[in-house]
Amino acid sequence: MTTATQTAAAGSFSSGSALLTLMKLRTFIALFAVIIFFSIFAPNFLSTANMILVTKHATQNAFLAIGMTFVIITGGIDLSVGSIVGLCGMIAGGLIMYGVALPLGYTMYFNVIEVAIIVAVVGILIGAINGLLITRLNVAPFIATLGTLYVARGMALLYSDGQTLPNLSGREDLGNQGFSYLGSGTILGLPVSVWILVAVALGAAYFARFVPLGRHIFAVGGNERASRMSGIRVNRVKMFVYMFSGFCAAIVGLVISSELMASHPATGTNLELNAIAAAVLGGTSMSGGRGTIGGTIIGAFVIGILSGGLVMMGVSSFWQMVIKGLVIIVAVVVDQAQRRLQQRVTLMQMAKAG
Amino acid sequence: MSGIDDGDVILELKEITKAYSGIVALKKADLKLRRGAVNVLVGENGAGKSTMMRIIAGVERPTLGEIWLDGERIHLDSPADAVRRGIGIVFQELNLFGNLSVAENIFATREMTRGIRGIDHRAQVEKANEFLNRLEAGISAETLAEDLPIGQQQLVEIARAVSLDTRILIMDEPTSALSAAEVDVLFRVITDLKARGVAIVYISHRLEELMRIGDYITVLKDGQITGHAMVKDIDTRWIVRSMIGSDTKDFAKQVDHEPGEEVFRTENICLPRAQGGFAVDHVSIGVRKGEILGIYGLMGAGRSELFECIMGCHEHYTGKIYVEGRELKGRDTTRRIRNGLALIPEDRQREGLVQSMSIADNLTMASLGQFLRAGFHIDVAREAEAIKEAIRNLSIKARNPEFDVTSMSGGNQQKVVIGKALMTGPKVLLMDEPSRGIDVGAKADVFLTMRRLAGEGLAILFSTSDLEEVMALSDRIAVMSNGRLVTVVDRRHATDEMIVSASAEGHKTKRMHA
Repeated sequence: MTTATQTAAAGSFSSGSALLTLMKLRTFIALFAVIIFFSIFAPNFLSTANMILVTKHATQNAFLAIGMTFVIITGGIDLSVGSIVGLCGMIAGGLIMYGVALPLGYTMYFNVIEVAIIVAVVGILIGAINGLLITRLNVAPFIATLGTLYVARGMALLYSDGQTLPNLSGREDLGNQGFSYLGSGTILGLPVSVWILVAVALGAAYFARFVPLGRHIFAVGGNERASRMSGIRVNRVKMFVYMFSGFCAAIVGLVISSELMASHPATGTNLELNAIAAAVLGGTSMSGGRGTIGGTIIGAFVIGILSGGLVMMGVSSFWQMVIKGLVIIVAVVVDQAQRRLQQRVTLMQMAKAG
Repeated sequence: MSGIDDGDVILELKEITKAYSGIVALKKADLKLRRGAVNVLVGENGAGKSTMMRIIAGVERPTLGEIWLDGERIHLDSPADAVRRGIGIVFQELNLFGNLSVAENIFATREMTRGIRGIDHRAQVEKANEFLNRLEAGISAETLAEDLPIGQQQLVEIARAVSLDTRILIMDEPTSALSAAEVDVLFRVITDLKARGVAIVYISHRLEELMRIGDYITVLKDGQITGHAMVKDIDTRWIVRSMIGSDTKDFAKQVDHEPGEEVFRTENICLPRAQGGFAVDHVSIGVRKGEILGIYGLMGAGRSELFECIMGCHEHYTGKIYVEGRELKGRDTTRRIRNGLALIPEDRQREGLVQSMSIADNLTMASLGQFLRAGFHIDVAREAEAIKEAIRNLSIKARNPEFDVTSMSGGNQQKVVIGKALMTGPKVLLMDEPSRGIDVGAKADVFLTMRRLAGEGLAILFSTSDLEEVMALSDRIAVMSNGRLVTVVDRRHATDEMIVSASAEGHKTKRMHA
């Protein structure tokens, strides 16, 4: 039996490596597959208006997925991002509508840029809390961020007692108008949020390759012990990734409430799952150490196009969930198969050579 | 070796090859195990003994090769498979469930049940006590496994293996934690099992033990069988010759240079052990510029722990460390590296390499700070230049530095770890068992590199449990035993006997106390 498999394995060296290349390009193949599929079966799928709509939707996932990718590469997970989106949206809305009530009956209002900065800081702070729980108090990332998921969502609901903040257009006399620009403005025909995504994605990709801290993310996820022995400050790296993930979530909170010109406390529910799915689909390994920003963005677009296209085809939302789930499972199965195949090919080569 | 009585072969391995990522642990090795006999397996660390046993026990599957049991070709896909065929193993590392009682440990996976009324704890305890009494262990079967000292835990392991009623029983260094009296009892049990036709595989480093208990002996070296004989036909000299071979160990041609002034010193390094006593017991040691100091010691002598203390991996150690006369303040690894210390860890896979990264990324991961422009931007061109230089200097056989680090052989992986440490620009290099698990050629390369670095003025501390290695490489030899630094001698005055007896020193005093 073994002799049979041996000869088969020897014969399949070349086809094995072809299969490997195919598996490595799977995210690209998936992207083209969904685009081709929907342009045939969904009417108007390729229209400009629809493409922009789908892109906007995918953009929101992509922001979260970038932050999530770094977290997953370190071997962690961040479940709190969906709730941070909700809380940050509420804070943005609250700051514009009500400002901050100071003692002595005086109320302070901020202009839109200040609001954006404050909201970003809030996102980073929640990320820092996640990071501290994980590094200083040794809470498992899953549990720590599950906790902040509930806390942040609860705070979002408490903020307005569960009510929607309905009108964020601001008042001229307070100088806080123009919040809508983020969600519905365009530059050169593309939505502003897409440009921001391009900037964040390029920044993250640069960071991962050209900045020591970025490189260390991969080392920590690949082998935490070896990283520590090599002098990498593991805790610092982990703090950074959770803070960055919180920052990305804050951007999404701003974008969504700006798009709707309203803040709803339940915004962003389950978005963390989309982000994880996008990262995994893009080839990020849940066991840490491997992943790329480019792959994640493609993954986010596959998921965005899939849900957009299915809606246009009139597939029921129940079926959409089933299909999305299957796609994610298939992606991970292929990922595992690729890794096993690769390992076997190298081991066989070594056994033969040695 | 044609004169070997071929006996009654129960299990045969034919041309077994086992490759792990980075190393070929066994190369076409053959092995015959005989019924009713003690089949001894010896070899240096990393020779492939444990791998071979793990294959027989179904823990690992061979990459190539065949296993024959009772003249029938078999496949062992899991440890349960092996147990079903009557193969039991006492692992070198203890595999007890600390949170369960001794009886529960002995009967784990084959609990004695009373139908739907669940496990019959009383019967288990009774039966377990029976086995333990046969070993004269003096352990109650109701104690929690984690409450036992290491030696007694080992006895529990042995009791479990014996209770399996196996046809083949593998013992991987069963005596490493036993006292002399316990060893005698174990040997009586082995004789008893032998009489009942059990094939015993016995692995140990203690040659006198092998001569006492063994019937057949097989010697492994670098994954290959280098000797096979009946124990009554041979002597320890034969074993040593087969283990070491005649072709190797001329690696350390002296580069003549006088060591300079002292660059590194520790004072009273102490690391308490969780079970009491010290893993590192008041160690004060100094190394001079351009000097190679070899630390010899047996397993558990505290060499790795000493290195880890020096690198700041343990928070609760005490003592002082000086580099170039200045006491080091920061107690974390990052600052130790900045202060000019670097460690090549013993366990390359767990502590040295990041397996998911490329050769290039592994080399520079500890020293990215050197390639910065504007304080944050890595100059990739300069980095690539440094990587190329490291690969050339250490003669790393890397077809492409962008390949995964796991695609290389163990020796080359070790060179990558060394390269990584050197790129941080250390003044003192600590190497924990630098030749572990690498082949002869790579070993020679590593040793030559050590000599060259010392010639360039680096102070090197390396640990080893290989006597010849320590004699050949060191300028001075320190011997550690049971956490204590027993002696430091100049190589010119050192003899084999002196060092071996010093390495047992710590245990002697311990036994007198006990």
